[in-house]
Amino acid sequence: MGKPKIACYWAASCGGCDVSVLDIGSKLADIVEQVEIVFWPIALDFKYKDVEAMPDQSIDICLFNGGIRNEENEHMAKLLRRKSKILIAYGACAYLGGILGLANLATLKELFSRVYRETPSTVNPENTVPQPTVKVKEGELKLSPLLEYLKPLNEVVEVDYYIPGCPPIGEKAWEALIALIKGEKPPKGTVLTADERTVCDSCPRVKEEKKIKELKRIYQVIPDPEKCFLEQGIICMGPATRGGCDAQCIKAGLPCKGCFGPAPNVEDQGARMLSALASIVEVNSEEEAKRFAESVADPAGTFYLFSLPSSMLKRRVK
Amino acid sequence: MSEKEEPRIGVFICHCGTNIAGVVDVKQVVDFTSKQPNVVFATDYTYMCSDPGQALIKDSIKEHKLNRVVVAACSPRMHEPTFRKTCQEAGLNPYLFEMANIREQCCWVHMGEPEKATEKAKALVKAALAKASLLEPLTPMEFNVERSALIIGGGIAGIQAALDLANAGFHVYLVEKEPSIGGHMAQLDKTFPTLDCSACILTPKMVDVGRHPNITLLTYCEAQEVEGFIGNFKVKILRKARYVDEKACTGCGVCAQKCPVKVPSEFDLGLGMRKAIYIPFPQSVPITHTIDKENCLYFTRGVCKVCEKFCPAKAIRFDQQDETIELKVGIIINATGYDLFNAKKLPQYGYGKYKNVITGLEFERLVNASGPTGGKIVRPSDGKTPKSVAFIQCIGSRDEHHGVPYCSRICCMASLKHAHQVKEKIPGAEVCVFYIDLRCFGKGYEEFLVRVQDEGIRLVRGKVSEIYENPETGNLRLRLEDTLLGEVMETEFELVVLAVALVPRAEAPALQTLLKVSRGADGFFLEAHPKLRPVETHIPGIFICGCAQGPKDIPDTVAQASAAAAQAAIPLSQGKVTAEPLTAYVLEDYCSGCGVCEAICPYKAIELKEVEEGKRRAEVNEALCQGCGLCGAACPSKAIVLRGFTEPQLMSQIEALSSV
Ligand SMILES: Cc1cc2nc3c(=O)[nH]c(=O)nc-3n(C[C@H](O)[C@H](O)[C@H](O)COP(=O)(O)OP(=O)(O)OC[C@H]3O[C@@H](n4cnc5c(N)ncnc54)[C@H](O)[C@@H]3O)c2cc1C
Repeated sequence: MGKPKIACYWAASCGGCDVSVLDIGSKLADIVEQVEIVFWPIALDFKYKDVEAMPDQSIDICLFNGGIRNEENEHMAKLLRRKSKILIAYGACAYLGGILGLANLATLKELFSRVYRETPSTVNPENTVPQPTVKVKEGELKLSPLLEYLKPLNEVVEVDYYIPGCPPIGEKAWEALIALIKGEKPPKGTVLTADERTVCDSCPRVKEEKKIKELKRIYQVIPDPEKCFLEQGIICMGPATRGGCDAQCIKAGLPCKGCFGPAPNVEDQGARMLSALASIVEVNSEEEAKRFAESVADPAGTFYLFSLPSSMLKRRVK
Repeated sequence: MSEKEEPRIGVFICHCGTNIAGVVDVKQVVDFTSKQPNVVFATDYTYMCSDPGQALIKDSIKEHKLNRVVVAACSPRMHEPTFRKTCQEAGLNPYLFEMANIREQCCWVHMGEPEKATEKAKALVKAALAKASLLEPLTPMEFNVERSALIIGGGIAGIQAALDLANAGFHVYLVEKEPSIGGHMAQLDKTFPTLDCSACILTPKMVDVGRHPNITLLTYCEAQEVEGFIGNFKVKILRKARYVDEKACTGCGVCAQKCPVKVPSEFDLGLGMRKAIYIPFPQSVPITHTIDKENCLYFTRGVCKVCEKFCPAKAIRFDQQDETIELKVGIIINATGYDLFNAKKLPQYGYGKYKNVITGLEFERLVNASGPTGGKIVRPSDGKTPKSVAFIQCIGSRDEHHGVPYCSRICCMASLKHAHQVKEKIPGAEVCVFYIDLRCFGKGYEEFLVRVQDEGIRLVRGKVSEIYENPETGNLRLRLEDTLLGEVMETEFELVVLAVALVPRAEAPALQTLLKVSRGADGFFLEAHPKLRPVETHIPGIFICGCAQGPKDIPDTVAQASAAAAQAAIPLSQGKVTAEPLTAYVLEDYCSGCGVCEAICPYKAIELKEVEEGKRRAEVNEALCQGCGLCGAACPSKAIVLRGFTEPQLMSQIEALSSV
């Protein structure tokens, strides 16, 4: 038997996931010794047709990052599913939809209008908007059409495992891969590199009483580095976010944004965090409650930064 | 029942007379139900809660080997306990029972739309079926009960409850914050409607309390910490230093005679004076004197010690310290009474500004033989006997904007009593009561009203809008509209008595936190049910009585105090209590110790325990947990499950509802 065949692919993503794969530095060389990389658009020159030519199930493990935003993404997801023994949704976008999934709060029309017309930095007097096909001198150019909304990978194909994070922690991800290669297969659907408990469990900050009167944003105060962010009135997604990251952001002085997704058993991370937050707010009247609610800047981007497409909300329909 | 056993559900649909059957097509619902999965038997009956109805359920459980029962009827708040017992009597675990509310939540709100109501009834039954299949048997927990009681507040309510429980054989700790028990009743002169002397009927009870072998009287004490749950409360009591040895003091009063410092007496509402070492009133129980540290010359200036010198019993202890007493009790009764509305909040009546405007309670002290004037009704401004006295009702009461919205219930009768006393003590005096409505509702009250009317007391319906003083005479001019005559008038009186509202104790919020009980919108402590559980609170083992629960007269206070004692005696005499098993528990593997649940639990039933350095896990004290479910809803990682309301159970209900 030859070296295990590995593929990496990026769909709707920023590239950070691919970088995280490279992030392990010199160890990468050792790993490349052990595996054969058969497809990796960001790093190696393979074409889609090379993949199409592979026999089904010939890739041992495919790390698929990015959400499914256009027809090309969907096509590649289906193709790689067919060609791979193990398909892993790698990173928050493939796993949950990710930051790009926040666009699900807008219709396609609104999205185009916002991006190509309305943003303050746009100057587009001719109203040029990308088209699926454009005729040029040399012939016809094609752009993959956008889907109605962004989907996490498991909405279009069956996924074997998930690796969370924005981006995932490269070292842990490789460890998980090696384990898989060795044949240590956890139950299907397992979220690899993640804890059963939430970020709070590995957070070193002191927790006293969870009662808050008002919210503060991190630029408005100098947070006490020893105390729980939430207890200081700074929204930290830690309580509702699956651990495994070793509370990296928190240790660096930033509240958790939630990139590892919901706790096991929880289907809606944002809703959970919202009800937890609402439970610890001390307000005495409906007005105060309203004022508190209004003080949450960007609620969707706070509670659903990574998970909107896989949440119960999913997307705007009308 | 083993877990694998297939659910065999029996469904019983109640007509509730015509309440349900008059709106919903019950037969259709039965038909629909019998076709649902796992349903082995479905039927209907006119009154499922009646004996034959319950017998039908019991027989069917046996006949059809049912292992789940669903009753579609009224609110579970009405009859869930009934049907749980029915199941239990037929040998089925009572928690394998589920109720569908097709009365309050269906028929009563959709009376005009019988067809839609029938559809909704089907949906509600289907949801109950979905949950029923997932129910698990549960067993109530049992705890031992410490056979002693703590009563907070030594007014007539606390006194009565203490005596009843002590006479029933239970040990009672009666805690009173003042140096003597007695409460407001001790300040009253006579009591309506019988005009018994208040002290004459109160002091024998006070003496009984003082020497009852089953009562430990803790005066000048306050409850500081309360922990635990029914049957097992741990309480810390602060015993404030009174600088007198309670055992040695004989109450002879020599110390007070010799003490050179005079201060306004709280008991006499500042109308009379007391010494810096004192008893509040002659019949105080205990008779032990107390040094008021704030005013005692020894404590303020380091000189004097006259009391110590003259005390024949050598009972003075200047070095006495505050003490903490720890108690274990099975139940707690809150009998902390009321405060009076501060009439200065309504400046139009001039209370606090004009000397001759006083409150009803001040009047009680003036008219009392052992009061500051020896029972003579005189004007505070000049000590003269007033020839005309006005009583103004509803000061603060029934005044949503400036006072309290409720009626204080005792003021009409108290003022009529006062009016009678003026007539009795000052022959020929002109006496007038200004009222909005006269509410004389108790036994013998209307008769009392007729009696005082016959004595020549004028009753004027109208609210006084303003009082101002003639500075030369100290007399008061009242401006008002007589609403019966429809006339605006102005009259003059030599003394004005305000019937101020009864309001919650200023310390009520602190006590609420201490006991974790609720208060109503009016600020008084809240009973568990306004009609059917009037002396229980929503915390098992904590009871209320007297004016702590709301304004009331002495007869009602005493009745309620005896009721609270009787209720409290149930767990005390049983020696054990069972608790609902519908409580929350923590899935430790998923708990990260964030602490959200601990912060939100209204019963302080959740504690975070450190399991290793820096790692905390929530733990539910199931005896304290009341199954409210807040923690489960708040937990950001779903690490808390509420028995009987688990996520799969609830989701199955929602799915069933949305699939109809
Ligand atoms: C002017 C006036 C006249 C009245 N006349 C009549 C009448 O003629 N007939 C009649 O039936 N009713 C009359 N009443 C009503 C009567 O006063 C009440 O019904 C009765 O006093 C209620 O008793 P209670 O024990 O509930 O409250 P209270 O008498 O207020 O007693 C409560 C006791 O608890 C103590 N306490 C409070 N908080 C604490 C704490 N945290 N710790 C320890 N101890 C505490 C207080 O010091 C007090 O001793 C009159 C009321 C007023 C204002």
